[in-house]
Formats: sequence, C-alpha cells, structure tokens
Amino acid sequence: MSVDAATAAPGAATERVGRSEERKDLAEKIRGEAQFAGDLEVPRMLHGKVLRSEVPHARIVSIDTEAAAALEGVVAVLVGTDLGGFNPLWGHAIKDRPILAIDRVRFQGEPVAAVAAVDEATAEAAVRLIAVEYEELPVVDTVMAAIAPDAPILHEEEVERGLFHGLGDLPEEEGNVCYRYRLDAGSVELDEAEAEITVEGEYEFPAVFQYSMETHTVIADFGDGEVTLWASCQHPFLVRAEIADLFKLPIGRVRVIVPYLGGGFGSKSYTKMEPLTTALAWKAGRPVRIQNRVDESMVTTRRHGMRCRMRTTAKADGTLVSRNVRLWLDTGAYADNGPRVCATAGDAAPGPYRWDAVSVDANCVYTNTSPAGSYRAFGAVHTHWIGEMQIDEIARKAGLDPLEMRRRSLLRKGEPVRPDGTGKPLDADLIGDVEKAAAAVGWDDPKSAWVGRGVSVGLLAAGAHPVSRAGVRMEADGSVEVNVGTTEMGQGARTVMAQIACQELDIDLGRVTVQGADTRFTPYDRSTGASRSTTLAGLAVQRAAADLRRRLVETAASRWGVEPESLEVRDGAVHGAGGSATYEELIAMRFGFVGGEVIGEGEVRPEGGTGSYAEGPVFWEVCIAAARIRVDPDTGRIAVERTATIADVGKAINPLLVERQDEGAVLQGIGNALFEEMVFDGGYLTNDTLLDYRVPRIEDMPESMRGIIVENADGPGPYGAKGCGEGAQAATPAALATALADAGVPMTELPLTPERVWRRINQLKEEQG
Amino acid sequence: MADARLALTVNGVPRELTVPERELLLDTLRDRLGLKGAKRSCDVQVCGVCTVLVDGEPVSACTYLAVDAAGREVLTIEGFAESEEFAEFERAFADRAAVQCGFCTAGIVLTLKSLRDAGELGSREAIVEGLDGNVCRCTGYKSIVEAAEAIAAGGRS
Repeated sequence: MSVDAATAAPGAATERVGRSEERKDLAEKIRGEAQFAGDLEVPRMLHGKVLRSEVPHARIVSIDTEAAAALEGVVAVLVGTDLGGFNPLWGHAIKDRPILAIDRVRFQGEPVAAVAAVDEATAEAAVRLIAVEYEELPVVDTVMAAIAPDAPILHEEEVERGLFHGLGDLPEEEGNVCYRYRLDAGSVELDEAEAEITVEGEYEFPAVFQYSMETHTVIADFGDGEVTLWASCQHPFLVRAEIADLFKLPIGRVRVIVPYLGGGFGSKSYTKMEPLTTALAWKAGRPVRIQNRVDESMVTTRRHGMRCRMRTTAKADGTLVSRNVRLWLDTGAYADNGPRVCATAGDAAPGPYRWDAVSVDANCVYTNTSPAGSYRAFGAVHTHWIGEMQIDEIARKAGLDPLEMRRRSLLRKGEPVRPDGTGKPLDADLIGDVEKAAAAVGWDDPKSAWVGRGVSVGLLAAGAHPVSRAGVRMEADGSVEVNVGTTEMGQGARTVMAQIACQELDIDLGRVTVQGADTRFTPYDRSTGASRSTTLAGLAVQRAAADLRRRLVETAASRWGVEPESLEVRDGAVHGAGGSATYEELIAMRFGFVGGEVIGEGEVRPEGGTGSYAEGPVFWEVCIAAARIRVDPDTGRIAVERTATIADVGKAINPLLVERQDEGAVLQGIGNALFEEMVFDGGYLTNDTLLDYRVPRIEDMPESMRGIIVENADGPGPYGAKGCGEGAQAATPAALATALADAGVPMTELPLTPERVWRRINQLKEEQG
Repeated sequence: MADARLALTVNGVPRELTVPERELLLDTLRDRLGLKGAKRSCDVQVCGVCTVLVDGEPVSACTYLAVDAAGREVLTIEGFAESEEFAEFERAFADRAAVQCGFCTAGIVLTLKSLRDAGELGSREAIVEGLDGNVCRCTGYKSIVEAAEAIAAGGRS
C-alpha cells in the first residue's frame, strides 16, 4: 500500500507551508465565540439524563419507571426493552454492546435507563425516581481474574465483528479474551536457553482517563426516517455508518455535524454517546441533548490498564537476541477499540530493534469495569516503557551507555519493523533522532546522586485505514472553502489544511476558510486520529487544490487558445505569454457572468492493496524522548528537570503548531507516568472526580521542555509530511521511567507515585543491607 | 424551589433577573443571558473553564450561586473581548499559538487579567501560582506561560 504524493507544488512565489501561520481559529476561540456541541441550541430541544448502573455486575430483575414518567416536565423515559425494533448491539470493532442494558449490567456506570425532559434538572430528578432491582453477580475486576480458569464469562453469546473491526478474523471464543494479536519470528525458546544476558519482569500499567475538558456531548434529532446529530466526535463518518446500521437506516439518511471539539485525545473517537442520544430522541419524538458530566465521561471511555510479562535476552556484549512478551489489556465490559489497542501494543512490544527471535502474545480481555478505548499513542504507550527499561538493563549488564546501546541496536531506515518481515519497513532515521534528543537534555552533563537521565525510542503504527477525500471550492470572488472531514479538536487541523490549499493555489491564508464536517456535504474522511490528518486528509486537500488549479489553468488555456503547459500559476493568478488573469477573472470568463464556482476534488485510497492493518501502517510514527529527573529519596517525589522530544514529521507544515502539540503530549505523558490512575476496587471506580483524579497542572511543567522538529521529507503525506503528536506521549513515560532507573530506582509499575517510589527506595536499601 | 430577584451588572450592562435561589452563576450566564464563553467541565472548582470575574476577582461560576452576585459586577470573556486591553491578550496568545482546543482559554485569559490588575504577573513563579486553578489539557502550559509573560510586559513581545 502506498499513498505517494502525486502532485508537485506549483511554481509558487511564496512558500505557504513550513511557516508558523497564526491559527485560523484563534480569534473565535479566545473571544469565547467558538461553538462547541454544548453551546448549540436546537429548536424544541429536550435535555436527557442517564440512569447508570450502581453495581459492576448484576442481573436486572426489574426497572420501575412509573414515578419518573409521571413527573411534570418529563417527555420520555427509555429502557432497553423499548428498542426491540432496532438492531440490538453496537460496537465498531465487536458488536457486543446494547444501547441500554437489557437484562444484565456489566460495569458500574453502564446506562440502564434515560429520561428526556424540558430541562436538565427535571431530567435529573426523574432519573432519581427510577427504581432498579439488581441481583448481583460475581465480579471479574482484573485481567488476571478474567483469565482464571473458572472466571465468570462476561459475554456468553456469540458476537459479531463490527463495521470497522479491520483486524482480520475474530479469534475463537476463548473465555473473556475478545481479541488476540500474535507476532512470532524465530525460536524464542531456543535463543533463551542459550542467552548470556537475560532480563525479565512483570509490569503493571494503569487505567487512565483522557479528560478532554469538554465532556461527550450529543444532540440528536430523529425525524421521519432520518437522524441528525450534532456531536462532539472525532470520526463523524464512522459514527454515521454505525448509527445507520444500528437504527436500520440508509447511510444517506443519517447526518452528523461536528462543531469545535474541546479536546479529544481519542476519547471521542468512534461511537460513544451517539446511539443512546439517538434512541432517546426517537422515543421523545423531539431533539434531545445529552451532555455527560466528568464522572460519566470517565466511565464512557478510558485508557486500558495492562499486565505484561516481558523477557529480553542478549549476548554478553549487549547484542540483542530475543524478546518474549505476554500481555493482557483490560478493555472493560465492552470491547470498544480494544482490539486495535491490542494489535498496536503487540506491534510496539518488540521495539525498533533487530532480533533473532520474537514472540508476542497480546490479549484483549473483558472485565467488569468501564470500557476502554483509544487514548493518544495507545498500545505504544503501554509497551514502550517496558521494552526500554529492559534495553537499559541489558546495557547496564553489558557495560554500555544507554545511548551507545541504542546506536548499536536500533533498526535502520528500510529494515522491516515487524519481526516477521510483514508490513511497512522503517521509514525514519531513529539513530539521528535519538542523538538529538539526548543532546538536548545534556546527556553527558555531570549529575549528582538521585539524578537520572533516560532516553526512549519506539514506533507507533499510525495512519489507520488510508481513505480520505476532500473538496476545494473557489467562489466567484476568489475566496476558497476547504471541504475536509478532519475534526478540529485543538491540533490546528483547520490551519494546516488551509496552508496546504494556499500552497497549491499560491494565495494568502486569509482567503481560505475551513469548517467542521457535515457528513451530508463534506467529502468522506475515515477518521481524525492515529496522527493521520495532515498525512492523509492533507494529501487529499493537496490533490483537491491541485485539481482546482488545473481547472483554472484549463479555463485560461482554452480562452487564450494556448496549451495549459505554457501557463504558470503565481500569486493568485494564471500567467502566460499573452497576459495574466486573476482567479476571479478566470471564473467570470468561464461562466460569462459574476456567478458560479470551481470545485477541485482530491482522493486518497489504498493503492496496491486493501489498506488493511497487516499491510500497513501508513507510516511508523517515531516516539522518541529524553528526560532528566531528580528524585527526593525522603519523599519519593520526582521533579522533572528537562525533557526533549522529537517530532520526526518529514515536513512541518506549521512548525509552531507541531511544537505546541508535542508540549501537550509531554504533559499528558508526565501525568500518565507520574500520577494519573483510575483506581478500581472490586469493579467500583473510586476516584471519579477531578478532586480525586489528578491531571497535570501548570506546576507540573518540566523545568525545561524542548521540542525538536526533524524534517527529512520521508513521509507519505503532502511535501513529504507525516504525522506527529502521539509519539511524544508514548516516549515520555518511558524516558521518565528509564531516568528513574538510572537514578537507582527501577520500577515495574506506573504511575510512579511518591509513595510507590519511596517504598521501592526503602526496599532496595533493605536488599542492599 | 424559591425564586429570587437578582440585580447585577454583566459586562457593564445592568440586569434584573428572576432566578431560582439554587441556580448557579454559570447557568444564569449561559442559559439565561446566552453568554456561552464560560464553559462547564469538572463541576468541582478544579479545572477553571467556568472562570469569570466578579468585582474583578476570578470565581468558578460552576460552584457560585447566581444570587451571590447580587449588586456585583460580572465580567465574562464576551465583555472583556470588547475592551481595548483585550487586544494585548489576543496578540500574545496568537503569536505563541497558546490556544489549542480553546475550551479552557476564556478562563485562563480572565484569570490572567485579574492577576495583571492585581500586579501579580511579575515573575514566572507568580504566573505559575496564579494559574494553579486553571487546567489546560492540550498545551502543556509552556505557551500560556510565554503569553502571560508577554502580557505582563504590557503586550511587548
């Protein structure tokens, strides 16, 4: 599969890409004018509230809604058994999830009933009047409990693949394991028997919450055989398909409109609150809004917790030999994006090194906890730190500096990344990158006791399915609308897409507007995630703008009776031997009056394959960070002195936005590594407010934070670009954990809370006597 | 739930409203007055996206009763955006791309305004302390600190 850039830039007088242009959405956002889903008012709109299960696992004996329905101001009360006319189950990967629980709840927080009322307070009051009788069932609260031989099975019925499973066949029914990803090359057993250095351990990664500050918010209107949604969603076209499938409607009768998103980070990928809001609107016969509270968003989606056993072997001189990985990801009660997270974690587990033998067995496991899905750098973030801890341990045993160890062992451009030789080979200069990161944190600077520095290198399968389309439309006055399905959730996509169109048309940024997707009018785009938008949607925009340019040139050529090849496009006009005409003049010539528009189309689709996960990825996102930390041995508290991350982007369309996005990734990585954790106790989430769940605040900023942009023009996107924004998040926890080990405190469990670190320091002191 | 008569000034305009005694200022602003710039997120006074200024002091409108604003002056981002002073803030944020999703931005801008008015933007430490009540999940804060430093310097970059 390839998605080569088919179009060269015109003979532009001005470079419009590679410049840190001001964000297109800046003024609207800083003035408080930008509209998010919760700011919209739809005529006759009701407000919905959800009754969620109080218990992690139970049979529903009865639901009494009589008092709720009788409350003044209540328009509709919905329970699972009302929905018999629609398809019963949804899930883009695995159809395992009812819109509302029917006879059984599988996690605390699972929607059981919903109320639509004239205002939110009334809906909330009505929800409190619904009485549910539960008969509690044994709770499977951890992955280890879930894979125990006598574990209760969460999904006994046969499940179907979802519309966007995309990962081959479902495995044979295997207890609570809903998906399994394996990588095998060589004979790990043979190599392990002969190993001169062996390091091994069992590791724990926490469940964490994405906390996009705007909670999931959806307005649904279910008219006459037609659904309209205004939704805080990253992937409107996939939501459209799932809603159409679930409610038995043609795809063209479902319309999804996406305003600005108040952050996404994966939490708004695929389908979340849209099915329930749609169902409630159907029952009410009026538009309904459901806006989650933070505690509700926390149980709507989260990052997978994980247990992992890893063993790495090497020769005495540090030459790597084999890696053996078994891991279990806690996907909660429903699969959500668990299968893809599992495949990505498996792909990232070997790390970008050369091996004689590799065995990876990654399992996605159901438990009675809230469902887990996508969160920035998923999969990679899970296994990257563990693999890198073991590389460092081998380096220590072989007497090598960690940086030297990586210089010797990292894959080079063109070598296969997957140890079985399948998929896309390495498309980046990792050694050059890691040298830059290490230098930026002062790798060789002297350091005192309890100070450590670490470096980490990994790869993340990026791009998802390579299908993106775009239209670029020029009005008679020369103003341009870029029609592209990318969701603006803070990353600056609207600015970048506009810059690409400007480059192709050689016009100023002020002439271009970019809006959110409306699936009725916006060309298809697979999704906004997997760092894919600049690479794939950006390439579609580049092609669409080039197509528009071609049409304008053809108009001039036919008017002037010359060959198109003899003409040049520069500064918003077409120039030839016989004269020049601005785009506005050309459109007037084309139609003979002051109306009409010209539309260019661009498309990216799999070339020479199906675009499957196994053929891919579209590109390997580079995940590289370095860090210097100091730990207080008396408190276990870690201070992050310096971080450096690499944005290996091929070509930075807007360098400032690249840097800014990676700074955010570093802080999220710090949160994930040092203190964020959703704490479940027997299936009950015990820290479901921001008082108890701590996210990084301004004082958590590293003392020095460097973002380094590397531009080798080696990406498949426009001008050699490839995506960024996730790599830094995968690499940061690994750099912090390896730095802490370098300071003398090797840990096997994240987050690296002061208490945990302090206990480990004392344990090590005791061991050393 | 009893209703209360409420007289206050919002963005320089005197308002008289009848609101339930339990109504939160955030709901009054967003739902009665159509001022959607203040956002709702954590509901527990941690995240700062609902920050507005009451008599010049930042408050979390998600946990502040509307009736407690009686007789006071409320400034929201919509009001501040009309002022000449705002242009400095806008330029400082624009030049450093200190806005990403934008959900937290209004609260941060208003907090910074109150800090500057109180003369509390003098150092990086003061900025960090002053913005402790405003979470931003996108930026990593560095750009916001840089913008705040520029604002402290009177908009000079």
